[in-house]
Parts: sequence; C-alpha cells; structure tokens
Amino acid sequence: MFFLEINPLIKPDIGMVVWTTVVFLLLLFVLAKYAWKPILGAIKKREQTINDSLATAEKVKAEMTQLQSENEALLAKAREERALMLKEARETRDKIVNEAKEQAKAEANKIVQEAQVAIQAQKMAALTEVKNQIGSLVIEVSEKVLRRELSDKKGQEEHIQSLTGQIKLN
Amino acid sequence: MVVPRLKSLLVAVFSLSILFISQSVFANDGGEGGAAPEAEEKFNAKEVIFEHIKDAHEWHVIGDISVPLPVILITNKGFETFSSGHFHHGHEKYQGNHLYGVVEGKIKAFKADGTIDEEATNSIWDFSITKNVAALLLSVTIILLIFLSLGRKYKKNGVNGPTGLAGFIEPVIMMIRNDVAKPILGERHEKYLNFLLTVFFFILINNLLGLVPFFPGGANVSGNIAFTCTLAVFTFILVNVNGNSNYWKHIFWMPGVPVPMKIFLAPIEFIGVFTKPISLMVRLFANMTAGHVLILGIVCLIFVLKSLAAAAVVVPFTLALSMIELLVAFIQAFIFTLLSAVYISLATEEHHEASHH
Repeated sequence: MFFLEINPLIKPDIGMVVWTTVVFLLLLFVLAKYAWKPILGAIKKREQTINDSLATAEKVKAEMTQLQSENEALLAKAREERALMLKEARETRDKIVNEAKEQAKAEANKIVQEAQVAIQAQKMAALTEVKNQIGSLVIEVSEKVLRRELSDKKGQEEHIQSLTGQIKLN
Repeated sequence: MVVPRLKSLLVAVFSLSILFISQSVFANDGGEGGAAPEAEEKFNAKEVIFEHIKDAHEWHVIGDISVPLPVILITNKGFETFSSGHFHHGHEKYQGNHLYGVVEGKIKAFKADGTIDEEATNSIWDFSITKNVAALLLSVTIILLIFLSLGRKYKKNGVNGPTGLAGFIEPVIMMIRNDVAKPILGERHEKYLNFLLTVFFFILINNLLGLVPFFPGGANVSGNIAFTCTLAVFTFILVNVNGNSNYWKHIFWMPGVPVPMKIFLAPIEFIGVFTKPISLMVRLFANMTAGHVLILGIVCLIFVLKSLAAAAVVVPFTLALSMIELLVAFIQAFIFTLLSAVYISLATEEHHEASHH
C-alpha cells in the first residue's frame, strides 16, 4: 500500500502517541494543581504586595509632607501666640505698674493734702490760741489802761465825743 | 564559564562513545575473518544516525551494553508483556502469543518458517515502553521533581523573592506569562496559562534531555513525529473547542468579501484549520531531528574520514553546534508555545479585524 511506504521517521507510532497523551495529560493536571496554581498565585500575590507597598509608601510620604507642613503651621502659630502673649504680658505689666504709680501718686497727694489740712488746722488752732492770748493780754492791758483812764472823766467824755463823731448814720 | 567546559566534556564523552560503537562494529567484523578494508567499508553513517534518531525497543548505553525495555503488545490473541531483552538486540525471536521478531526497530509477527505473518503483524498494537517512551517518562519525572518542589516552596513562602532554583525558573515562567500569554491572549490568558506553561516546559526539558549525548539522555523524543503530533493535536483541540462563532464564521463564510469569494475562501480557510497544528508538528519535529542529524553527522566525519585527527576539527565544531542546539531547544519550545497561544487567541477573539486576510 502506498501509505505504508512512507518513511518510518515521519510515521507516528500509535504507542508513542498514546504514551505522550497519557503523560502530557497527567503532567498538565498535576502541574496545574500542584505547581502552576501555587507558583502563579504566589507571584500574583507578591506583585500585589509590591504594588500595595509602593502605594502605601507613596501615601505615607504624602501624609508625612502634609504632617510636616501642618507642624510648621502649628509652630508658626505657636510662635505668634507666644509673641502675642509676651506683648500682652508686657502691656499688663505696664498697666499694673502705671496703675500702681497712679495709686501711689493719689495716695501721696491725699496724704499731703491731709497733712496740709492738719497743718492748716494746727495753724488755725495755734493762731486762735495766739489770738486768745493776745485778746486776754489786750484785755489785761486794757483793764490796766482803763483803770487808769477812768479816773479822768473829762478826757473820757471827749473820747466818746470823737467816737460818736466818727459814726455816720446814713 | 563552567557550562561550556562541561559541555565540551559532554561532547568528548559523546565522541568517545561513538568511537566505542564503531570499534565494536569493527571487532564484530574482524571476528568474521574479513579483511580490514572490507570492515572499514561497513561503517555506515546514515545507519548510525538513523539508529539514534529512530525509536527502539532497547536503550543503547555504550558499546554492547543496552538496557532492555518492556514490550507491551495487544494482538488478535490478546494482551501480553515481555522484556525486549528476549530479542537479543534483534538477533533472535521470541515466542509469545505469536512468534515475534524485530525488523528495523518494529516488532513483527513471524510464521514458523521465518517469513512475516502479515495478518498477525497488522493486528499488533504496540504500546511498548520504547526508548522514547522511557525518555519521556524520565523527562516527566524530572519535570515533576522540579515543579512539585517549587510548588511546595511557593505555597510556603512564595510571597518572598525567589531563591535558588526558583530564581532560575521564575523568570522563565514570567516570560511565558508576561511576554506570551498576556499580550497575545489578554484577558483570557489565565484560562490557557496552565496549558502553555506545561507545553513549554515539557518540550524544553525533552529538547534539553535530547541534547545530553549519553545515557539516559540522547533519546530523540521531541524529534519524534508522534510526540510532536500529539502536542499539536492538543493545541488543535484547544483551538477548535474554544473557537467562538466568530472563528467559525471566518472559516466557512468570510465576512466582508463578495459571495463568490466567500465560496472560494471557505475550503482554503478550512484547510488552514489543519495546517496550523500540522505546521506546529512539523516545525518541532524537523528542527529537533535536524539538530540531532547535524551533530551526529559531523561526529561521524571522524569515522567516515577514518582519521582521529579529524576530531581536532570535529570536536570544536560539534561544541559550537551543541551551543546552537541549546538555543534551538529553547527557541522551539518557545515558538510552539507562542504559536499555540496565537492560534488560541485567533479562535477566541471577540472583535476580529477583517484586515488579517
């Protein structure tokens, strides 16, 4: 037969075909289950992990930057606040000092005034006393003078006359 | 640096083993009492090469040493198994259900008078563990050893980076996935990745084992037409089982061309369904067989020229060719996988551009 005349090199043997089929199917199923599945799964998982890690790193980096800028803002705000507080403190201090000064001044003025009043009073009292002394001295002197003067009647009447002359009745 | 040195060592061993074969041939011939020139004429390069390339029922190791392999037959008298050692390298016959003998590597049934019993021979289904089948089983064992241990390793701590053997194999797996499956099959790649990876490593390991010049390598498994035919049939089945309506429409009723053209194209496209897997089959078979023939042919030059000095040229040449064959082993496995992916992709594509044809 013509077909049986072909070169044995290119004539497939049924035995080899069957064995190759059996072996290949076996290999396909065993490898699919016990080799390709875990290997490809692990590779996929690893790729996922790497991608996730990169994404996380990127996110953390962004967060860090944000945190840093936030920190800086916070720091600036704190600095500002400190300056403000210092200013306020200074103002308060000045105010307190001024108030104290005012108060002291007022107090001093009051004391001086009181002292002046007291001095005035003392002065008045002293003056009064002096006046009284002078008065009594005058009275005594007048008494003595009067006692001597009253013995002269004519002279008295003259005097009265001059006095009445001074009074003007309008 | 180690690899080329190892390879040249392999080549040296290979050359030596060939030398031993020829010596045993000479010795046998000397025993017949023939003259020396007559014996030298008996060296037949074609025979040596084809003996290597063809399948056999025993596995030649070195010199006169061969490993006998089990013969498994189903005939019109039923199922039987026996060792191929009974054939004594094809010199003797074995009485099973029939009287069996080996003619040119094939088992034939004989009549008592020594002529071939055509009727019984035609009824023989030979499922023997031949040299190629044994090499096939060996390669499968190696593949399973490598990938099952890898699978276990990846299951345990695959999320960590690959180390050791995984560091060597993983880039190859990634190449098949990222450079073949994903760009060609796109979204559908995961469904076919198991097949593509298995085919690639199956062919690759068999190609590489075929390049090992001594036992238990050197069997021409991936250069065996039955082997490549079977793999091509798997691709054929995958393509046509998964082919969608679009694919069949393009074969039998090409859209976008006039009706006479549709009728004209249908048989051509229909033939194309078969030529694709056939091209896969022939490409792998021819490439691997050619590689073996080339290397063996050059080594045989030493014996054809009857000069040991020829080895000075032949060995470096064989070394260079072996390097190329290493590359070819890889490329052919890759191309088979790539084209399988392309054929599957063409058959399962949803939006088919009309510009393909």
